[in-house]
Amino acid sequence: MDIVSALMDGLWIAVQPHNLALAVIGVIVGLFVGALPGLGSVNGVAILLPFTFVINEATSDPAAPMIFLAAIYYGAMYGGAISSITLGIPGASTAVATTFDGRPMALKGEADRALVTAAVASFIGGTVATLFFTGFAPMLSSVALDFGNPEIFALMLLAFATFIGLGGDDIPKTMFSIFFGLLLATIGFDTISGEPRLVFMNEREQTALLETFGGNTDAVPFFDSVSWFSRGIQFLVLAIGVYGIGEMLWTINASRYKVTMTETKISFSRIMRGIVGMKDCWKGTTIGSLLGFFVGILPAAGATPGSLMSYGVSKMTSRNPRSYGEGNPDGVAAPEAANNSASTGAMLPMMTLGIPGSPTTAVLLAGMVIWGLEPGPRLFEDRPEFVWPLIGSFYVSNLVAVIVNLAFIPLFLAVLRMPFTILAPVIFVLSIVGTYAAYDNMYDVWLMVLFGFGAYFLRVLDYPLAPAVLAVVLGATAEEKMRQSLLLSDGNFAIFWNPFFDRDGKGQEWWIAPVTTWIAVILIALPIILWGVRRMRGGAAAEARG
Amino acid sequence: MKLLKTLTLGAAALGMAVTATAASAFEPSKPIDFVIMAGKGGGADKMARLMQAIVEKNELAGKPLVPTNKSGGSGAEALQYMKGATDPDHTIMVTLNSFYTTPLRQPGLKVDNMAFAPVARMAEDTFVLWVHKDEGINTFDEFLAEVKKRGDKWVMGGTGKNSEDNIITDHLNEAYGLSIKYIPYKGGGAVAKDLAGKQIQSSVNNPSEALGFYESGDVVPIVAFTNDRLPMFPDTPTLKEEGGDFSYFMQRSVVGAPGMSAEAAAYYTELFREVYKSDEWQEYKSKKSLMGDFVSQLDLADYWEGQIENHRTILKASGAIK
Amino acid sequence: MRRAEFVTAVVLALFSVYLMWKSGEGPEWDTEYIHWANTGVNIDNSGPGKGFWPFYLALGMLVSCIWIMFNSIRRTSPPSQSDEPFMDGYARRMLLTVGGGLIGFLILIDIVSMYFAIAIFMFYYMLFLGRHPLMLSLVTSLVVPFWLYLFFDIVMTKVQPKGMRWMEDAFYNPAGELFRGMSLVSILLCFIVTGAILAWVARSANRTGDA
Repeated sequence: MDIVSALMDGLWIAVQPHNLALAVIGVIVGLFVGALPGLGSVNGVAILLPFTFVINEATSDPAAPMIFLAAIYYGAMYGGAISSITLGIPGASTAVATTFDGRPMALKGEADRALVTAAVASFIGGTVATLFFTGFAPMLSSVALDFGNPEIFALMLLAFATFIGLGGDDIPKTMFSIFFGLLLATIGFDTISGEPRLVFMNEREQTALLETFGGNTDAVPFFDSVSWFSRGIQFLVLAIGVYGIGEMLWTINASRYKVTMTETKISFSRIMRGIVGMKDCWKGTTIGSLLGFFVGILPAAGATPGSLMSYGVSKMTSRNPRSYGEGNPDGVAAPEAANNSASTGAMLPMMTLGIPGSPTTAVLLAGMVIWGLEPGPRLFEDRPEFVWPLIGSFYVSNLVAVIVNLAFIPLFLAVLRMPFTILAPVIFVLSIVGTYAAYDNMYDVWLMVLFGFGAYFLRVLDYPLAPAVLAVVLGATAEEKMRQSLLLSDGNFAIFWNPFFDRDGKGQEWWIAPVTTWIAVILIALPIILWGVRRMRGGAAAEARG
Repeated sequence: MKLLKTLTLGAAALGMAVTATAASAFEPSKPIDFVIMAGKGGGADKMARLMQAIVEKNELAGKPLVPTNKSGGSGAEALQYMKGATDPDHTIMVTLNSFYTTPLRQPGLKVDNMAFAPVARMAEDTFVLWVHKDEGINTFDEFLAEVKKRGDKWVMGGTGKNSEDNIITDHLNEAYGLSIKYIPYKGGGAVAKDLAGKQIQSSVNNPSEALGFYESGDVVPIVAFTNDRLPMFPDTPTLKEEGGDFSYFMQRSVVGAPGMSAEAAAYYTELFREVYKSDEWQEYKSKKSLMGDFVSQLDLADYWEGQIENHRTILKASGAIK
Repeated sequence: MRRAEFVTAVVLALFSVYLMWKSGEGPEWDTEYIHWANTGVNIDNSGPGKGFWPFYLALGMLVSCIWIMFNSIRRTSPPSQSDEPFMDGYARRMLLTVGGGLIGFLILIDIVSMYFAIAIFMFYYMLFLGRHPLMLSLVTSLVVPFWLYLFFDIVMTKVQPKGMRWMEDAFYNPAGELFRGMSLVSILLCFIVTGAILAWVARSANRTGDA
């Protein structure tokens, strides 16, 4: 077969010593970049982009610079799980779902198993996705084109539906958290109207304040609120605030300075046992690999909804959903398999359509352009000498990444052995340095710490905050897509749910948006109905007893 | 990247710096803050990283350029940051047309464009009208006829509200009595993809954004909003040839922070002149259908003055400002 | 705990009302704008205005807060059933020392630069809150920012705030000159050497602690 021989050639180039060495270096760099909260794969790839010139001069292999960048990308995806599990801070939005069960596992003393599960699940997810990529890349690229604005919005609804159940038992507090997160996502410039929204302490409010307190109104504006709020609330500002500051303050208070971290042992046999234990996580891994890839290839969706939906689906279909959130390895395997699978999937629209599905692929795209490649529908035909080694390197990078990751596990576990009175300030420092590194802005650092204090108080009062963190990621895209769709439909909401709605234009797959919307609506309504039924029964039972 | 530089190279750079100071010219004494007025992965970002790569590769500057993206509020964040730069001699920015439109639309920012140091205009990006091939439209007249027939069922996608794309759409609506519906997107790539997927009917993407789908034959160029035909699309007429009186470009410039010394500005102008002359930049320019020559210093300031007036008129006409 | 839950819900409800009002606000430069005009669901046949989505989200927050108050009164939520105080003396002291330390850290960044602020914060935390030996606190609080400096500023060229101008001239420009000229191997060596010093100090601290 044509593809097989092309792939073999590509693999052969990818395992040439210089490319293999680049893959190893890239993966190691990526692992650390991904493991430090805040830096993340976007920055890692962007910062090391000029370095590829050095590589090009040294190797004179056209594929070598991209292999290096792809290896960093992969390494960072593996590394994201490490800070989620060991520090409890998700370094990127894709790793939020990993904290749900990864952190409890670490606290139970199973950090090694969580890390091994994450590494192996990532490997399986990445490899499955690369197989799909190899076999069906040109075919699947048209799927991405069929997803217009209403379809993406419907998909976002579906992602929301899967995390309704994540909040815990207190329904109004979960609702508050979701609404609050969605609202935070609206702060800043509105794409559709081009105007700033919810800019607190703007000139008008500052003048009013000064007048109230009899200040000198000529001094307005004394506070540069436009620059602060018009950039919006960045995801990491809330995530690091909640997990790095709020959760840490809570832990310090709960542990009362006494507890050092739980015992963590590490040995070769424990790692092997962890790998063998993966057979218990086959379901989460499978769901993650497939769902992650599918969501990943849709531009604008990205790996975050992929990992989230995989977690949700894995929990829903589990025979023991209560164990999720308490340290179920399946709850680590599903999102990790999904985010790696989705990251590979996101390369597909980037290479075949020239459309980046995430900020990192956008920077990779910039890298390809600098290297004189024109990603687009013709890339596979025009530049096979570049495409196939790159695809080959996906397989190689995955293999290298899982080996390197397993080798580094003892080092990452050493973090957990530090006395808590050293670990705590280190986490605070990393939170602050990481937030600054991510956004180059002290405003965001202050805001992050303020969110952290707020999160501490809400945590004490049992408010679940993970829904708010995730809502910030999904909220902006969801609203933008909803309003773009409504511009298309003259403000008619039927565009989302009515399969017979007449949309402008010709080529859409008419059924995607309505079917997805209805599934989402049912998923959202189901727990509420069940809850109502339970209450009514419970009420009746209570009355009968009374 | 300085990863592989040996101590000797560092010493050599130090020696160079010393000789340069002896000639009393400006030489950066620390890493240069290289602000990008757009988000990661956008057109401006790609270009900025290419410039950085060229500088690094040819070792044009004694100190590294450190890129930071400040995209908040259509560039408001970047402009405010530049205004308050603590060390203007080491702060430069890659900018585009929001350099004028954002201060015009938000007088509250109190940004004066002319206070910035005019370092270099590296290129002007061009705009082309695209439709999907299945519409069966090949000429501008056919386009006008079809769009008139469909009324407000004809949808144009573009990057942002009151942006370059919106300005061009408004012009088409006004000059030809059309009622095209404009839908703002976050980035040009998403627009190009939705056009190829027939989610929208037309776009005014930069050639660089639509190139992939043009080569695969999914989208067709109708007119170019330039003064002369683009070398890459020799069969596509300009709007001026079709009887219109309108052309529109997007600057791709480098500016220095307000308060930058004349010596420093001269240094950066020479630096970016070298970048402009490099083979990589010239290749990129021709590949992406970029136009415009190298313009710097006083000429660039004159160019800005003309552009600011131009945009004031356009934005007033569309009702975006009063 | 119950009173704290109720009061928090009231505060958040008031905040939601403010957000609802704020959503209806127009652009500052538009003097003819009428409040609430952009919260409509379908304005000019082009869908909701920019205030629609935030307005109803804030309304949702308000409803949730009222529900939370209701639960708190009926004692159906866990915090309203608990008799523990919301914040005891320990929690207040913790917030003051740790939270105050964090705020001090942030203020110091603008004055003495990121890395020196890290050193001061680490030293304060380890010595006064963690009660670690002086030597260990000192060495750790110097090594950690040095590692971060090498990683962020030198290797990744992701520079952190440099504080006042004199800090920059006195420390960072010479240091940058020194480390940027180094090869990757020498930088790795820097990591290893400082790590070894730290490990040695930590071991001797442990030994004296045991004895």
